[in-house]
Amino acid sequence: MQDKTLLKVELLNKNFGGVAAVVRVSFFLQEGELLGIIGPNGSGKTTLVNLLTGFVRPDSGKVIYRGRDITGKMPYKIAELGVARTFQMVKPFYQLSAFKNLIIPLYSSRVKRLRGGKYGDRDDVAIDLLEDVGFERDSSVPYKVASSLPHGYLKRLELARCLALRPDLLILDELFSGMSMSEVASTLPIIEKLSSEGLSIIMVEHRLKELFRIAHRVIALNFGSKIADGSTRQVMENEAVKAAYLGSEDES
Amino acid sequence: MKYRKERLDRGIKARCEDIFALSSYREMLYLSLPRVLPVIILLILPLLKGVIGMYWEKVLMITCVIALLALSWDLMASVGLISLGQALFFGAGAYITGFLNHTFKLPPILTIPLGTLGGALFCTLLLLPVLRLRGVYFAIVTLTLPLLLARFIETTKILGGTEGMSALSPLPNIWVEMYVPVLALLLCLFGFRRLINEDYGLVLQGIRDNDRAVMSGAINIYWFKAQAVFISGVAGAFAGAFMTHYNQVVGMAAFAMDYSILPLTAAVLGGVGTFAGPTIGAFILMPLSEVLRAVGTLRVVFYSAILIICVVGLPEGVFHYLRRKYHQLERMVEVG
Repeated sequence: MQDKTLLKVELLNKNFGGVAAVVRVSFFLQEGELLGIIGPNGSGKTTLVNLLTGFVRPDSGKVIYRGRDITGKMPYKIAELGVARTFQMVKPFYQLSAFKNLIIPLYSSRVKRLRGGKYGDRDDVAIDLLEDVGFERDSSVPYKVASSLPHGYLKRLELARCLALRPDLLILDELFSGMSMSEVASTLPIIEKLSSEGLSIIMVEHRLKELFRIAHRVIALNFGSKIADGSTRQVMENEAVKAAYLGSEDES
Repeated sequence: MKYRKERLDRGIKARCEDIFALSSYREMLYLSLPRVLPVIILLILPLLKGVIGMYWEKVLMITCVIALLALSWDLMASVGLISLGQALFFGAGAYITGFLNHTFKLPPILTIPLGTLGGALFCTLLLLPVLRLRGVYFAIVTLTLPLLLARFIETTKILGGTEGMSALSPLPNIWVEMYVPVLALLLCLFGFRRLINEDYGLVLQGIRDNDRAVMSGAINIYWFKAQAVFISGVAGAFAGAFMTHYNQVVGMAAFAMDYSILPLTAAVLGGVGTFAGPTIGAFILMPLSEVLRAVGTLRVVFYSAILIICVVGLPEGVFHYLRRKYHQLERMVEVG
């Protein structure tokens, strides 16, 4: 693991009309790290992801990616730089078949640049990507219309859509939510493999057991503020984290 | 004895899947006929001017113009921009062409292309700030822009003011007058259909269906929207540029609402998103409107009634209905 900071977040703030969604959140991510972000519902995790990827402008604070200030830049510019994200509410192109869903990210100038401008074999690239995320290659599944695919497949399609961009930073927003145990069990090794190949990953997750197995570091949010930042063991045993998830025990 | 309606692909359609379409002349004819026949008819119609008469040839010309505007509307709708102001493109093309001819005495062979590209560019730049607006807000701005420009010309008296610019050069000969709109229509129809079926068109449709997902795929959706507006603008501005030289005059009527509403109606009637649909819609609406002219003032009643019946009875559009009939047969089968 190189000692190079890929992402630095400084004092991000976002209010939505009086509701403090993200409050002075700072953290950093090294290259090749898998960082988990946990917190109860409403703690600002998805807002944080939106702030990082340009879908929401912060009120104050900075997001620095590879030394460049990307705060508040347009989402497609941030994606162009190599930051890919999934959406918590899956957003495929429902009327297109699964592999055609990937054609749109493959059309971007980033992909053209990285692949050297050769575009003719994009169908093969799309099928390969789908196979990498667990679609059965020789079946008709990749050719089925996205609206007919079950939820677990759509989630994996989201992942494939991100991987199509050949990202340097992958941000997964609750990838495992709505997936069955077996689907999680088959998707987890894919994430592990990507991480071991050196891809930097940020995972927002509710399923702590799986996350703690693969995360290098974890930060915890509650009501928009960061309440813990450290290794999985440290965060697991952090009193504030436990109180946030379980509620403080009132012993009176 | 209960029955339900069952739809099956016709035998010949099923036999035409993929490479098997080349297996016999009958199959190839089945596939090519709906595409080739309209082209042949459109190319022959101007030649029959002796039989049909100049009046109907003129109707053909105006139908092609409205069809071009309808195609232009449909392309914008395919990227998610619903426009209530195609007259903007028409008027911009018309005025730039008229201006170049009136002031610089350039011949139609120069003014029409320049008016087309200039009009498209002008409208794209004008609409650029509005591309970020969603749905109905974009529609409202497009509705008002042609009206705004017309009033602007009226008050500032530029470009001829209320009188417009007249005594413009005519088109070289009758064949140019009749074939140019037909060829332009065919070019746009087949060109747009090809465009929307390529990956570029897939990106455009993606922007319509789910623009956040497209943005997260590192694609600048506003740049693509601008391109779609420009290409639509070329079709629309050409219609205006051509009409300027056909009529040899251009005035504020170039921004008339007719040029916004008629293409929109034609597109909805024919089937949004299909390009062939708006064309068919225009070829139904415009001749129908001429035929009903004989009925006098009741014409509007008949016209509206027919429109309502079509939209309620065939909400998907005439084109989808025809295609379904061509490809599928229906029959009643017993249930239970």
